[in-house]
Amino acid sequence: MTTVPADTNLPAAAPAVRRHHGVVRLAHWLNAATLAGMIASGLQIYLAFPHFGTKERTYALPNPWDGGGIPEAARLGGWLAGGLNWHFALAWPFVITGLVYLLFLAFSGEWRSLLFRPRDVRPAIDMQLYYLRLRKQHPPQGKHNALQKAAYTFIVALGAASALSGFAIYKPVQLAWLVTLLGGFELARYWHFLAVWTFIAFTVLHVVLVFTVDPASLRAMITGWYRGRFPSHD
Amino acid sequence: MTDPHTPGLARRDFLRLGLVAGPASLVAACGWDGGPLIKPRLQAISRLNDWVGEKILLSPNRLAPTYATSARSTTVPAYFISDDVPTLAQPSAWSLEVGGLVRRPTRLTLAMLQALPSVTYTVKHHCVEGWTAIATWTGVPVATVAALVEPLPAARHLRFDSFDDGYFNGWDLTSGMHAQTILAYAFNDRPLSPERGAPLRLYSPIKLGYKLTKYLTRMSFTAERPGGYWEDQGYPWLGGV
Repeated sequence: MTTVPADTNLPAAAPAVRRHHGVVRLAHWLNAATLAGMIASGLQIYLAFPHFGTKERTYALPNPWDGGGIPEAARLGGWLAGGLNWHFALAWPFVITGLVYLLFLAFSGEWRSLLFRPRDVRPAIDMQLYYLRLRKQHPPQGKHNALQKAAYTFIVALGAASALSGFAIYKPVQLAWLVTLLGGFELARYWHFLAVWTFIAFTVLHVVLVFTVDPASLRAMITGWYRGRFPSHD
Repeated sequence: MTDPHTPGLARRDFLRLGLVAGPASLVAACGWDGGPLIKPRLQAISRLNDWVGEKILLSPNRLAPTYATSARSTTVPAYFISDDVPTLAQPSAWSLEVGGLVRRPTRLTLAMLQALPSVTYTVKHHCVEGWTAIATWTGVPVATVAALVEPLPAARHLRFDSFDDGYFNGWDLTSGMHAQTILAYAFNDRPLSPERGAPLRLYSPIKLGYKLTKYLTRMSFTAERPGGYWEDQGYPWLGGV
């Protein structure tokens, strides 16, 4: 065995495991940047008609930004046309990154450690009990625990939902079937924004959990190598 | 002062710095609409999106859904770019000039247009701002007028001009020849009011509102792709829905 030079920041015993493939890391950070731009330009577009429903009747749906009030620092594009051009340009890397990521998961078999399946329900409850301190021992887990699987499956579905609702309001006549599926143009526009709020909430929770529960996972998403508390593979 | 060896800053710190500074400087430089560096690239992608929208997503024969007249909206905003509602000094002297790359250029009075077979439909209007409104429109299909003037094979686009302070639009021929693309002279069963583009305006449920030229003066067939009032300022050229 060769000795690895000691990293003073880490316990000497922390084993290093190869955690994330380069495709996953690239997709993760590309997606983070693209999504930030999509949301900022989307908020710029939203200001042109800051309500949900029609001109004569605002739907009784929860909307924290009804009437506007989105700070300039949170917007991209400067005016409606600028916002549209950013949004429709960034839609390409957003969709392509998502598809490359899904294809990688499918062909590498990585999906097995990420997809939440019925058999993950029990471990997810155990994990939740642990987080609520109703269970003392951390449940055994593979690469990800069952709650993580639920989160990472959900976020991919949310990405797909945001893309589909986006296409529906982009071409509502050509993609009339999709609009119908979503309950009409006005509702499709609402679902598109509901996805935004969910993305923001997810990201906040995601970042908080990374730093409080498993900071080593941040480094793993950058370098690919994981030296934290949960080194097991699936 | 700064130590040239910057002890304490490891390679990964620079990496982290880059992760933050990269997007931050990008946003700072592009807070507007991309600036001189990125705006042209955004415009180029917009042209690509126009191509996808016209050649892949647009079905020439798909009709926009129609509604019962009871579904009409009570509020249908109407925009124009002039300071005041554009009106004609002499409405009776108005006629539509139809020309460009055609075999038989002509001028059509409102009476002549109203004598042609008309189309009436109640459809949903999509504004680029994000709102919609349902209304009934009556007019002559652009394709019917095209048949009268016989476009030359070189004609690839349409240009619609108005007396609203130079407002104009360029169209792809496929959308122009769509069965629901009409030269409209009535709104909700009544002659167009000045706010709605009297005496004649372009209407189609397969385009966003800013593509629907009001206060028409001329319709021309062209080989080159005409721009448009908003399109030349950065709005997507195709504007198809």
